Amino acid sequence: MTDVRSHLREWAMPHVLCPGCAHGIVLRSFFEAVDQQHLDPDKVAMVAGIGCSSRLAGYADFCTLHGTHGRAPAFATGLKLARPDLDVVVVTGDGDGLAIGASHLVHAARRNIDITVLLLNNSIYGMTGGQAAPTTPEGAIASTTPMGNEEAAFDPCDLLLGARASFVARVLAATPIEMTKLMVEGMSHRGFSFIEIVADCPEYFGRYNKAGGGAEMLTSLTIRDKGVAEPLASKRFVNHVPSSTPPPGVATGVLRREVRPVFMGVRKVDNDES
Amino acid sequence: MEPVSEAALIQGNEACAMAAIAAGCSFYGGYPITPSSDVAEQMVRLLPDAGGVFIQMEDEIASLAAVIGASLAGSKAMTATSGPGFSLMQEHIGYAAMTEVPCVIVNVMRGGPSTGRPTSPSQGDIMQARWGTHGDHPAIVLAPSSVGEVFELTVRAFNLAERFRTPVIVVYDEIIGHTRESVELPTSVEIVDRVRPTVAADEFWPKAPGANGIPAMPAFGDGYRFHVTGLAHDERGFPTENPDEVGALMTRLHSKVEDYEQEISEVERFMLDDAEIAIFAYGIVGRSAREAVQRARESGIKAGLIRPRTVWPFPGSEVAEVAAQVDTLIVAEMNMGQLIGEVERASGGRTEIVGHLRADGEPITPRDLFAELEKPVGVRK
Repeated sequence: MTDVRSHLREWAMPHVLCPGCAHGIVLRSFFEAVDQQHLDPDKVAMVAGIGCSSRLAGYADFCTLHGTHGRAPAFATGLKLARPDLDVVVVTGDGDGLAIGASHLVHAARRNIDITVLLLNNSIYGMTGGQAAPTTPEGAIASTTPMGNEEAAFDPCDLLLGARASFVARVLAATPIEMTKLMVEGMSHRGFSFIEIVADCPEYFGRYNKAGGGAEMLTSLTIRDKGVAEPLASKRFVNHVPSSTPPPGVATGVLRREVRPVFMGVRKVDNDES
Repeated sequence: MEPVSEAALIQGNEACAMAAIAAGCSFYGGYPITPSSDVAEQMVRLLPDAGGVFIQMEDEIASLAAVIGASLAGSKAMTATSGPGFSLMQEHIGYAAMTEVPCVIVNVMRGGPSTGRPTSPSQGDIMQARWGTHGDHPAIVLAPSSVGEVFELTVRAFNLAERFRTPVIVVYDEIIGHTRESVELPTSVEIVDRVRPTVAADEFWPKAPGANGIPAMPAFGDGYRFHVTGLAHDERGFPTENPDEVGALMTRLHSKVEDYEQEISEVERFMLDDAEIAIFAYGIVGRSAREAVQRARESGIKAGLIRPRTVWPFPGSEVAEVAAQVDTLIVAEMNMGQLIGEVERASGGRTEIVGHLRADGEPITPRDLFAELEKPVGVRK
């Protein structure tokens, strides 16, 4: 662990995140990943949408774009194509990236745009006050599912695998060293990389579903982590909902890593690059 | 001597793409939609050789997002669309206005509402171009009336976007988009670039107003690390809810355009000096109106034309001047009545305002407008 405060916009404190929220751990892990790769902070661009996770961009001392709800991958695509020398990282959440912005995420993956997407999945909309998300487990309580969620959830990694993302990984916010390692792998992967970070929302999800505070939620995630590395044996939803049946596990690690052509837009091919 | 222009037989949509390249556009992101798709099809052919990048995005929301991302990376960037796609772009027109990211949006208008009439001309998006996105914001909207003017005003759109750090919208209709005309294209055009910061990176505040109220703008990757957000923000570019800071931002966003209305506004005055009756028209209708005015003059009717090439900011003082002079001002537009309200407001009751409106997918012809000019006093309406 190094001192990563040089990457933090301390002048922008205090931050907007709630006590017990793991998003700060994610940001720290990202700073570690930047340092481990010896990246020039002037050349790192963090592109975010709207939501709790997206607010991380404001506190990171890089070139930061806090865009519109769900559209971060589209902003990032334009940015990367216009400035290929930038390391472009999208920070998004499960509502931002999988509901309103699912299309943009899918198509950035399909095109194999050379960006990294960190999707912080806390299974709920935090910023707007605890509404159900596409990853809210069936039966879970949210402010818009007071009787329990009746909609089916889906697995973000499944979606991205289907969209032909060339690097897909999942990690728990409770395992920051592993998280940094996967961020480094994702960012150094040539092509589109997607990392689902299973995070917590003690303020809404935890409170509504009696899943405990931040520490309890993150600890329970750790216990459920089977630590399955590639190839993926099985992957399921993280289920915070207390239940009499044993909670399903969540597979972490790299779920896919493949080499395929990177799309840089229709442009004149520079022979020096090949 | 070098030739100053070269002749070409091209469509409006082709002229638009050629102008974009001439103006220094190096990024195009778009989504197919009739009747604007030719712009994209031209850009994909022209941009690579010009050193630029083309991408077909998954929808119009993403198209303008990619354009804004590219502009933040230092590129001059453009998209083109039509009615339904223009509706989808409204979110990011507001984002570009708030974040002050230069970009050009071309809307080749077709009949609406909704899917409407994809291959018919319309001027139904004139108010959407002004007020389509939510919240208060300035708007610069240019309305060419010929293929040649599409070229001229597309170049101007890039220059205004760079100068004022704002989205600039070019609206023309399906007729101009698809009609082939012989035009003289300039071999070189005036090019304006955004002002870059000169202060040291650690002293740089991304929204500190420059001398003319417009902040200097570096590109991502240039060594200035800064934050860009659609939230109301302070001069450091960081979100704020402080009423003083929010108020200052909102005032500056408006004044940076309003203070330069004289520079931005372009109005063609045709045979107005002694006119007793005049037509207010823009875009393709302005062309029909010009022909009608000429015919009326041949018939001894003292007719004239006022034709804004800049529809927003609305040329209120020019309209007021004409209203004070003529007995009747005919407002001709291919919609159910959009700019006529602005004309009435600017005229302040100083003249009789008559609408010649049509939204059935057919153009307003010179004959239609000549007939309007010929009507004896008191029979209109």
